[in-house]
Amino acid sequence: MKVVVCVKQIPDPALPGELDPSTNYLKRDDKLILDESDSYGVEMALQLVEAAGGGEVSLVSMAPKGEVSGLRTALAMGAEDAVLVSDDALAGSDALGTAKVLATAISAMSPDLVLAGVESSDGYTGTVPEMIAGVLDIPSITFAKQIQVEGSTVKVQRQTEAGYDDVECSMPALVSVTAGVVEPRYPSFKGIMAAKKKPVEELDLAALGIDSGVVGKNGARQETVRVTDAEERQAGEVIEDDGDAHEKIVEFLGELKVV
Amino acid sequence: MSIETILVFAEGDESGPSSLTLELVTAARSLAANVETFVAGDGTAMADQLGAHGASKVFSTGSLEGKLIGVHAAAALQAHIEANTPDAVFFGQTADGRDTAARLAVRIDQPVVTNNVGASIEDGNLVVEEPVFGGTQNVFTAFRNDGPALALFRPKSFEAEANGGGAAEVVRADVVDPGTAGAAEVTGRHAEERSGPQLDAAEVVVSGGRGLGQPEAYTMIDELAGLLGAASGASRAIVDAGWVPYAKQVGQTGKVVKPNVYVACGISGATQHLVGMKGSKNIIAINKDPEAPIFGVADLGIVGDVHKVIPALIEALKSR
Ligand SMILES: Cc1cc2nc3c(=O)[nH]c(=O)nc-3n(C[C@H](O)[C@H](O)[C@H](O)COP(=O)(O)OP(=O)(O)OC[C@H]3O[C@@H](n4cnc5c(N)ncnc54)[C@H](O)[C@@H]3O)c2cc1C
Ligand SMILES: Cc1cc2nc3c(=O)[nH]c(=O)nc-3n(C[C@H](O)[C@H](O)[C@H](O)COP(=O)(O)OP(=O)(O)OC[C@H]3O[C@@H](n4cnc5c(N)ncnc54)[C@H](O)[C@@H]3O)c2cc1C
Repeated sequence: MKVVVCVKQIPDPALPGELDPSTNYLKRDDKLILDESDSYGVEMALQLVEAAGGGEVSLVSMAPKGEVSGLRTALAMGAEDAVLVSDDALAGSDALGTAKVLATAISAMSPDLVLAGVESSDGYTGTVPEMIAGVLDIPSITFAKQIQVEGSTVKVQRQTEAGYDDVECSMPALVSVTAGVVEPRYPSFKGIMAAKKKPVEELDLAALGIDSGVVGKNGARQETVRVTDAEERQAGEVIEDDGDAHEKIVEFLGELKVV
Repeated sequence: MSIETILVFAEGDESGPSSLTLELVTAARSLAANVETFVAGDGTAMADQLGAHGASKVFSTGSLEGKLIGVHAAAALQAHIEANTPDAVFFGQTADGRDTAARLAVRIDQPVVTNNVGASIEDGNLVVEEPVFGGTQNVFTAFRNDGPALALFRPKSFEAEANGGGAAEVVRADVVDPGTAGAAEVTGRHAEERSGPQLDAAEVVVSGGRGLGQPEAYTMIDELAGLLGAASGASRAIVDAGWVPYAKQVGQTGKVVKPNVYVACGISGATQHLVGMKGSKNIIAINKDPEAPIFGVADLGIVGDVHKVIPALIEALKSR
């Protein structure tokens, strides 16, 4: 079984985010890291291949300036190899443009199963996986909390408002994985060393045969017309609990007529 | 280009349209002369309320039970859009809304703009507003495409308000077979037990986070919620840890709540949590770390231990 996992490399979410004032794109100047949202997909893929008794986990990512830091993390977890799409013309791509690029790269990898995160941590449109499935014209199941492969069928527990649904479809298929549903393994020292030698194939738009007009800023056909500061909520009173803070809460709830 | 007809992707069940759907119909009404709705399923039971909120028509595919909606809804929507050319299509930022909009975007090769909380018309163009960086900044985006503007909106971005219209006319929409891409089938449904007020409709919400220390401590949250007639909620940290079901999650990937009072217990106040509760009228936070970001949005902040403050609060409320 061949599983391809989409992994996004993003600015460290612990650092404050910033839009570039000249382009209104998210600043991506510092080193990028593996999006935590995708570490679950990588773990899920590794577990599925282990359960199937063999197979291969490959990665695909689109990121600026040949960035591979996040890919190396996922390779250190145990993925075999990776494809990175990097091209200056991709700056400012929207979700649809991103999906077209990733789908084209994935198509050449001929996977049985494609995994992605439900939503990324930085852009979180939550649309790229379903768009990839759309471009590839394959079935898809979103919001997976558990995945099982039986023969050529993938069976998923799909998270819902009320609980979960059992959903299944034939492969090749795409499944998006909900964050937090598996415990991503920590890369071992051996894994980290091995990852340095694992193959990462870097492709540009020409190699994928994609016209630069359908991606990047022009492809996006949406424009940031302005960015404003939101009204800040004012912080109120903060008190230290000396054993009677609960009285203060009761008083406040009383003022609000809740009690 | 001007915006004359907005099509709202309506969701709901036998009891009628979802509150998010009615919010979108109300918003659409203020932007366009004609508001129509599209139901991937049987829309008959929704016609009264959709009409009362300003929709003229309900295009309804009939039951799609047993299917994962997105692909099928998108195929039917494509046919509808090509025949009826609405200027914009509004979706809720829900699981089905996202799946459908994404598949549709590919089918008609048009961009989508997600996570919006506002919309306006500027120079005849639809401009949507999306909060970024945990709601500290707002990005306004204009559509520059040559097809319908596809926009997704977060719950509670608009106030639903009926304008006294009669029932919307129910019109049959053609079902279109998406081929093998539509192969996903729902073979079973599992619902978790639920009791008490609904999280996204409650006047008071009491939420717990990782600061509770252990799963058993969540019973304090339920007890406090019970005493206040409140719904109980949670941060993602303890949903991920399996302490409470996903239905309780407040935040970017959970529910958006705007109660009169929100009580955050042992929750740090990560931006992804804040976007789900910052719109609450009053916020009370209990956290042992005086530097916790949650205090930045709290009207009353208690620097203290949840294991001391909450039991004392419960006792005080009981003895009243
Ligand atoms: C604050 C903000 C708001 C934005 N809003 C919009 C918008 O409304 N509409 C729009 O079209 N674009 C928007 N964008 C741009 C959008 O984020 C980028 O196009 C991005 O490349 C893809 O979308 P995403 O991060 O939302 O992916 P999501 O759909 O949220 O990602 C889900 C999964 O898809 C996979 N994936 C996504 N991107 C990549 C990648 N580059 N490489 C590998 N796998 C990937 C990952 O598995 C990921 O977990 C926004 C960007 C920002 C920073
Ligand atoms: C893409 C994405 C989407 C996300 N979506 C959501 C979402 O929808 N909702 C959400 O909540 N999060 C979401 N998160 C996760 C979010 O970033 C935080 O990790 C999460 O909110 C933290 O939960 P917490 O506050 O319970 O835990 P922590 O951040 O660990 O905070 C625990 C707090 O408890 C305090 N504490 C510890 N002990 C005590 C005590 N005895 N008494 C009082 N206080 C104590 C600590 O000081 C600390 O502030 C998302 C993250 C990503 C990347």
